[in-house]
Amino acid sequence: MEQLYYSLIVMLAGVLGCVFYFVGSNWLLLMVFPIRKVSKDKMAQNIRRATAVRPWLFLGPALFFLGLYLVYPVFDSIFLSLHDRNGDSFVGLANYQWLFADNEFRESLTNNLLWLLIVPALSTFFGLCIAALTDRIAWGNIAKSLIFMPMAISFIGASIIWKFIYDYRAEGSDQIGLLNAVVEYFGGTPQAWITIPFWNNIFLMVILIWIQTGFAMVILSAALRGIPEETVEAAILDGANGVQIFFKILIPQIWGSIAVVWTTITILVLKVFDIVLAMTNGQWSTQVLANMMFDWMFRGGGDFGRGAAIAVIIMVAVIPVMVWNVKQANAQMEGR
Amino acid sequence: MAASKSTEKIQSNRLLLSLHQLRRSPLMLLVHLTVLLLVLLWTIPTAGLLISSFRDKDQLAVSGWWTALSASEQNIIGRTAALDQQTLTDGKYVLSGKIAGFNEQDSILRFGWKSREPEAYQVGTVAEMKNGGTLKVESDGQYTMTSATPFTGSRGKRIFYTALAAPKFSLANYNEVLRSEGIGRSFLNSLTVTIPATIIPILIAAFAAYALSWMRLPGRSLLIALVVGLLVVPLQMSLIPLLQLYNTIGGFFGVGAKTYLGIWLAHTGFGLPLAIYLLRNYISSLPKEIIESARVDGATDFDIFVRIVLPLSFPALASFAIFQFLWVWNDLLVATVFLGNGENELVLTGRLRELLGSRGGNWEILTASAFVSIAVPLTVFFTLQRYLVRGLLSGSVK
Amino acid sequence: MTPLTGLTLKNIKKSYGKTEVLHGIDLEIELGEFIVFVGPSGCGKSTLLRMIAGLDDITSGDLFIEGANVNEIPPAMRGIAMVFQTYALYPHMTVYDNMAFAMRIAKEDKATIDERVTRTAEMLQLSEYLQRLPKALSGGQRQRVAIGRAIVRDPKVFLFDEPLSNLDASLRVQMRIEIANLKETMKNTTMIYVTHDQVEAMTLADRIVVLSAGKIEQVGTPLELYGKPANLFVGQFIGSPAMNIFNAELLGAGQNTRIKTKNGNEFVIPIVSSMNIEHQILTVGVRPEDFSLSDKANCMLSGKIIFVESLGEVTLLHLDSNESKEPLVVKLPGIINQQKGEEIYLKADLEKTHLFNKDGISLLYL
Repeated sequence: MEQLYYSLIVMLAGVLGCVFYFVGSNWLLLMVFPIRKVSKDKMAQNIRRATAVRPWLFLGPALFFLGLYLVYPVFDSIFLSLHDRNGDSFVGLANYQWLFADNEFRESLTNNLLWLLIVPALSTFFGLCIAALTDRIAWGNIAKSLIFMPMAISFIGASIIWKFIYDYRAEGSDQIGLLNAVVEYFGGTPQAWITIPFWNNIFLMVILIWIQTGFAMVILSAALRGIPEETVEAAILDGANGVQIFFKILIPQIWGSIAVVWTTITILVLKVFDIVLAMTNGQWSTQVLANMMFDWMFRGGGDFGRGAAIAVIIMVAVIPVMVWNVKQANAQMEGR
Repeated sequence: MAASKSTEKIQSNRLLLSLHQLRRSPLMLLVHLTVLLLVLLWTIPTAGLLISSFRDKDQLAVSGWWTALSASEQNIIGRTAALDQQTLTDGKYVLSGKIAGFNEQDSILRFGWKSREPEAYQVGTVAEMKNGGTLKVESDGQYTMTSATPFTGSRGKRIFYTALAAPKFSLANYNEVLRSEGIGRSFLNSLTVTIPATIIPILIAAFAAYALSWMRLPGRSLLIALVVGLLVVPLQMSLIPLLQLYNTIGGFFGVGAKTYLGIWLAHTGFGLPLAIYLLRNYISSLPKEIIESARVDGATDFDIFVRIVLPLSFPALASFAIFQFLWVWNDLLVATVFLGNGENELVLTGRLRELLGSRGGNWEILTASAFVSIAVPLTVFFTLQRYLVRGLLSGSVK
Repeated sequence: MTPLTGLTLKNIKKSYGKTEVLHGIDLEIELGEFIVFVGPSGCGKSTLLRMIAGLDDITSGDLFIEGANVNEIPPAMRGIAMVFQTYALYPHMTVYDNMAFAMRIAKEDKATIDERVTRTAEMLQLSEYLQRLPKALSGGQRQRVAIGRAIVRDPKVFLFDEPLSNLDASLRVQMRIEIANLKETMKNTTMIYVTHDQVEAMTLADRIVVLSAGKIEQVGTPLELYGKPANLFVGQFIGSPAMNIFNAELLGAGQNTRIKTKNGNEFVIPIVSSMNIEHQILTVGVRPEDFSLSDKANCMLSGKIIFVESLGEVTLLHLDSNESKEPLVVKLPGIINQQKGEEIYLKADLEKTHLFNKDGISLLYL
């Protein structure tokens, strides 16, 4: 109960502090540049001055937070990655040299590449199929809602759910993991799935695909619905069959949305961490960059130099998508 | 003549129609079946977790959740009544009654009186015990134990039996995790983190989005490009620099690096790019004339924002709120780095991870805990799905 | 008391980056005048209005409202009110709150606000809708709320930005009459009205300002513009269907002007001309309604009928003629029994015939 009060007070304080800033700064602005009870010229001048200052009051906190929490760390990480474990002495590229010679890093890199190839592709593929199929049936919305649902589940929750599926009991006793039960039903031998190198990567990816397919489906379903029906009708009149319509009429028109889905999931995959941490913690050759970085941050008191070096590698991998995004957004704004 | 011709025509039309349907229906059936299969594939994992969390912990550990509704065999240890309740009948000492702790829905298949041979006798048969005693157990839990000499001791004798246990569902697992495993506490901690970390970025982002949409300022398009660029900066970049910064600042104030304020601000910073981007998309699409009309009416930008833009932006605000709520609630990384592991701070995701490590085999605890942690986001998801979808659609760079 | 000027525009220019969209506008508007800016889309009429409102900056030049320079004064302090094309009602506020918004911002006391909103609502027959949201109103009612919102502020200058273009045809006529009546009741309020619809311009305006490509083409009363267009652009822009134009040879200048059309017939137009060079080519403009049927010997033009539009009250004939590149349009009263393909001969009412030089300027204004 005490905790509840504490939580409530802390929450209120946080939110009110924020409101206070905006109302207070506006009040202060009107005090400095009064618009009532002053001469008309003065008033006009004050209004213009206040109007010139106000955008920066509005933007101030946002710029501060973006700067402190996202821009500064990028540069600081680069700085730290060139220093030793405590950030005290300059070591040049030693951290990177160590990194590229490290087996675990190479393994992570390969695994990440695998994730990058498989997860966005399969999520988009399933998302597209489900979007196309559910659009034609009456209970499509319920189906979509259920497939979309894993989006709301945390990676760690999802990991528990799937750990339960992959659970392994020694041969002979009843399997409580669904996968092994199915394998046994068809006469196979139960396996400890998440310990089988290489394939265990795939089993971990399944979790992320399970989560992300809903996202792909929602975006692509909206894109499919945005296609003018006349183009499909025209194609039917031209004698195209269902498959031709799908690949030659529909897909080209939603190419942009597919790209969006693909890049969004790609970014997410680069940052994937919770699933690996919860399922294997990088054992049995399932290590990925984000988890490895987390490891180095805390392992043995933390090696900030090496951790930062891995973070920089992740950042570099993200840059192409970032550039593409900015270009797209600019083009979109000019279109308005 | 004419009439028959028209009926002929109708019939041929019908024929065409049914042909058409025939050509369509197997295909449609296939579509229905495929979707059904996909939906099952996608929901079964969660369903399994949900069902398991309500099962009896002994059953949960030995049989798959898909067998939850059928009875299962279980080895149980029961006791007779206290030995001083024995009676002397026909020169024999007799003790009879129901096995203590026997579940009325179960039915006993086999029993035994030695721990090494728990399934030695069929139910209904008489077991010979040492010293000429006998034990007879019925399937409904009734037992009769006889002996030529009096039973000595006070505690009841152990009876081992294998019962066909009826499916048992209860809230016992939830009861346990909420009370003794600290999940209840973590639930509150999660709320304490999530609510301010959702509201603060909304406020800050809404003001910024308005400035970037409707106010005159130099370098506006550059700032928007910056926001879009920051959308994809991996959070991992920020962890080490910020942790160092927090250490310094926390040390200065003597409160340590790991505080609620720290994590709110961290979530605020990380959530801002998406928030600004999403809200700017919406706010800049509000009709220009409404804003101008307010300007002609004498409203300052602050008035316009508070009285016109904020009320009109409700759908976008709701979309982002849901996003941020789900993201913060489900986050593990930021919480692990910026919030301590003490009883007062551990959030649900962190607790789950800890349980996975310490109680990895206790499925009754894991399933119930996991479901407690996903119950809130699932509720939010199903009630506010509309806004979530809208947010997704406007939030991705097109 | 000498009549004050309501609004003075001195050499007003507007550029976006390097593109100049208004090339120096000079205009005097009298107090209480109803002025209509009209012109094809993209001519800069809305930009000009928005500069008067203070929503767009004035790149160069000066703007005076009732004698005071307002270049740097924010919109709310210029004493203007504006009615937007899309009404721009605040969708989340009731009609009452919409109308009270400006006064609440100005921190007027409650009683004043209430009194003025109620009175205005009565005037516009909105009293029973005061508690409704805009989405529960019809198009015409929304328009009235937008006007009411402007009236309650008691502005010196009333600005309308194509206010009727979102209404359907019958409602447009009705609202046009209401705006005309409104003007009657607000004699001292200057009104500036932007439209691309010349019927609105002709029926509402005290004076019309015709704009094209960022310049004023002509300023005048509706009948001046119709009867004495200053140039070809105004001649063709005002009046529907548009004025027919064709070339003719100048034979003699002086008190009257003597011309010869392509078919060799000569006409004397009662327009003063001072051209010294004979055998110059002029452009002749004749409105469709100023033609009548004639015979071959006396006709100004001839042409083959390519299309007949019978509207009952009048008949429009579209002709393919050797004299003009564009098809000619002739408006004849009543029902005409001419058929497609027939050749007909036309003469023009010489009193209403317009002459333009090779630069398109009317001879009347040289």
